[in-house]
Amino acid sequence: MQPESRGLEVAVLVSVGRHPVTGRARRADQDARGLELALSLAAFRPDSRVRLLHAGQRDDDNETALRGYLGMARGVGTGLERLTLLEQPEGADVVPALAERLAATPPQLVVTGARAEQGEGSGLLPYVLAERLGWPLVNGLVEVESIEDDRMTLLQALPRGQRRRIQVRLPAVVTVDGAAAPARQSAFGPARRGSIKVEAALAVPDEAFAGWTLSPARKRPRRLKIVKSASARDRFKAAAGKAQGGGGQLLTDVTPEQAAEAILRLLEEEGVMR
Amino acid sequence: MNREIDTIRRDPRREWIARNRLHPEHLGVLAELGRQGASAATEWMGPNGVIRKNPHAPGFTGPNGLKRIDRSGVQQAAAAGRGAGHRMVAADERRRVTIEAPAFLVAVVPDMPGGRLSSHDRDLLGLARQLADADPARPCAVLAVAFGEHNREGGGELKEQAFAEAGVDRLLTIEGDGHTGFVPEAWLAGLVAVERELAPRHWLLPDSALGGADLGRRLAARLGERPATGVWQVDADATAPSGWRCTARGAVDRLDIQRPLPRVVLALAECAEPVSETRHAAEAMTLSQSPPEALSRIEDLGQVAVDPAGVALAEAEFILSAGNGVKDWEGFHHAARMLGATEGASRVAVDDGFMPRDRQVGATGTWVTARVYVAVGISGAIQHLQGIQGCDKVVAINRDSGCDMIKRADLAVIGDSSSILAALVDVLERDPALTRKGEKQDAA
Ligand SMILES: Cc1cc2nc3c(=O)[nH]c(=O)nc-3n(C[C@H](O)[C@H](O)[C@H](O)COP(=O)(O)OP(=O)(O)OC[C@H]3O[C@@H](n4cnc5c(N)ncnc54)[C@H](O)[C@@H]3O)c2cc1C
Repeated sequence: MQPESRGLEVAVLVSVGRHPVTGRARRADQDARGLELALSLAAFRPDSRVRLLHAGQRDDDNETALRGYLGMARGVGTGLERLTLLEQPEGADVVPALAERLAATPPQLVVTGARAEQGEGSGLLPYVLAERLGWPLVNGLVEVESIEDDRMTLLQALPRGQRRRIQVRLPAVVTVDGAAAPARQSAFGPARRGSIKVEAALAVPDEAFAGWTLSPARKRPRRLKIVKSASARDRFKAAAGKAQGGGGQLLTDVTPEQAAEAILRLLEEEGVMR
Repeated sequence: MNREIDTIRRDPRREWIARNRLHPEHLGVLAELGRQGASAATEWMGPNGVIRKNPHAPGFTGPNGLKRIDRSGVQQAAAAGRGAGHRMVAADERRRVTIEAPAFLVAVVPDMPGGRLSSHDRDLLGLARQLADADPARPCAVLAVAFGEHNREGGGELKEQAFAEAGVDRLLTIEGDGHTGFVPEAWLAGLVAVERELAPRHWLLPDSALGGADLGRRLAARLGERPATGVWQVDADATAPSGWRCTARGAVDRLDIQRPLPRVVLALAECAEPVSETRHAAEAMTLSQSPPEALSRIEDLGQVAVDPAGVALAEAEFILSAGNGVKDWEGFHHAARMLGATEGASRVAVDDGFMPRDRQVGATGTWVTARVYVAVGISGAIQHLQGIQGCDKVVAINRDSGCDMIKRADLAVIGDSSSILAALVDVLERDPALTRKGEKQDAA
C-alpha cells in the first residue's frame, strides 16, 4: 500500500500512574489515551505496529500497572503482546535510557502523555527526547487525521475546546492531550498473557531530584482582592461589588445596521469570529 | 506662610449672588468664585508645623444655595474644572522607574492571548520584578519578549503603556511573517537569538495551556537547562546558588517540590502580585541581527471550526446570550450559528422554556469565562452579572439604556434586539470574508 517496505512503527512510552483517590499504581490515564490513539492508526495504516516501552523499576506493583496496557490488545499482530521494560534503579533519570533505545531502533512516531502522574511530573521528558533525537515535537494531540508518506496531519487541542490542524514531518514526537479519545478498558486475559521483556539499560541517577524536598501539596492561599485607592468611596464601591458604570461605549439612536457594524468591529478586533 | 488666610476678604454681596440662582449675574459670579476656589489653599502648614485644613474649601454651592460636598468628584469636576486635573493625578500616582544600565536581565515571554497581557502574564511580570529588584544597589531590568502581532488594540500606544504598567523595562518584539499561528520552531529560534545576545539571568514563562507551557519546555530543552515547572511561590534563600528557592507543583498537583530556583522557570498563575505601584520604561529594543530562519517541520494549517454548540458553556470563548428581551428565537439561533458563537441564556429565558437549562448563565447556572459575551435583551440582574464576572468584553444589546447590563458593558447598543440581530446576520451574509466561516459552521 505504502511505498515503504517497513510498516509504520509507533513507539508508545508508558509510565506507571497513580490513582488519584486510592493512590494505587495503575496505567497512567494520558499514556493509555496515547496507546489508544496509536492503536487507532491501524484504521488508515493497517501496516502500523505499536511498540510499548517503559523505563523504570521492576517490581510487582509496577508490573500489575504495566499489564494494564497489555490488556488493551484486541486481536494479535498489533505488537501489543509484549512490553519492553528498560530496567532502571530507583531514582534514575529515565531520559538517557529511553533516548539511547529510541536512537538505536528509531520508530517513526513516538507517543507520550503530557506529564507523569508520579515524581516530578514536569512534562519535560518528550521535549528532552525530541531535542536529543532532533525530531519535531507537537503537543496536545487529540486526533490523527491522516498519514501520508512522512507527513502526518493531526488535530491539536487548544484551550476552550478549540482545535488546530497541524501537519508535521515524521519522525516526530507527539504528546497526547486529556481531550483525546479515552482509552478502552483493559481486559484481564490479554493482560495476563502478554509478556514483559526486561532489558538492561543505561542508568543515570537523577542527582538534582534527590536534593529536593518533597511534601504533600499544600493548599494555595487565595489571593485577596486588594483595592488600592486613595478615596474611601472608591474602596467601598469596589468592596460592594456592584457593577460600575463608565469605560464602556454607549450607542443610542443608531440604526440597527450601524449597531451591527459596531458590534462586528469589536468582534473582529477580539478575533473571536472564526 | 499663612498670608492667604490673612488676606481673605469676604464679599457678602457676591456670596449672596452665588447663592441666588435666579440672579442675572449668578453664573458669572459662580465662575469667578470657582476660579478663585481653585487657587485658594485648602491645606497649609501651620505655625508649629501641623498641617491645617480649611474645612470650608471643599464643596460647591448647590443649585438651591446650599453648600454641597460630593466625594465622588464628579460634580465638583463639572463645577470647578478640577476633574481633569484630578484624574491626571490619579493616573500619575505610579512612581516612574527607569533603569539605565541594568546589572542583568530577567526575560519574560508572556502568552498575550488576543494580543493583550493576561492576568497570568501580569503575575509573571510581578515575579520578574521581584527577582530584578531584590538588590536595590544593583538594579536589574525586566525584558519582555513578544512575538508578532500584539498591538490590535489602540494601535501601539496603549500596548506600550500596558507593558510599562505591568513592570516591563525593555520590550523586544520579534516580528516577521513567520511568527503568526503556531510556529514553535520560529519562536524558539527567536528566543535562542535573545539568549545568545542578551543572556538573561532568568527566563520566566507562564505554565499555561495557551502556549507558555509548551514554549517554555522547548526553550529549556534547547538551552539544556532543567526548568522548574508549575512554580507557585518564590522566596529568597541565601543558600541556593541563584539566591532564590521556589515551590513547585509536581505529580499532577499532589506534591510540592522545594528546590533552588533554576534559570528557566515556568510559573503558575498568581505566583506573585502584579506590579501596581510603579511605571516602567518599556523601552523598545532590537536584536543586532534577526534570528535565523528556522527549519520548519511543523506546519500550522489553521484553526478548525468546532461546533460551538458542543463547547461547554464554562469554557466557551464567545457567547451570545439571550434574555427576556429576545422575541425572535429563530433569528437568535440563526445569528449564533452565523457568528459561530456558543449560546447562553438568562434564567428567565430558561424558565420560559426557550433555552435548555444547561445554557443558563449566572449564580445558579454556569459561571462563564468568555473573552466576548454578547448579552441580548438581558437586564443585568446581580445573579446574572455574577456569572459573567470572568468575561473580558461584554456587549449589550438592549432597549433600556438605564439597565445594569449597560453599565457593565464595554459596548452597549440601544435598540430592538430582533432588528439588530437581523442586521448582524445581514452584514455577515453580505460580507463574503465573514460568511465563509459562518457557512462552514452551517455545513458542519
Ligand atoms: C436565587 C436567585 C437566583 C437567580 N439566578 C440567576 C441566574 O443564575 N442567572 C440568571 O440569569 N438569572 C438568575 N436569577 C434571576 C435574575 O434575578 C433575573 O430575574 C433574570 O436574570 C432576569 O433575566 P432577563 O435579564 O433576561 O430578563 P428581564 O429582567 O426581564 O430583562 C429583559 C431586558 O430586555 C430588554 N428588552 C425587552 N425587549 C427588548 C427588545 N425587543 N429588544 C432589546 N431589549 C429588550 C429590557 O429592556 C430588559 O432590560 C436568579 C434569581 C434568584 C432570586
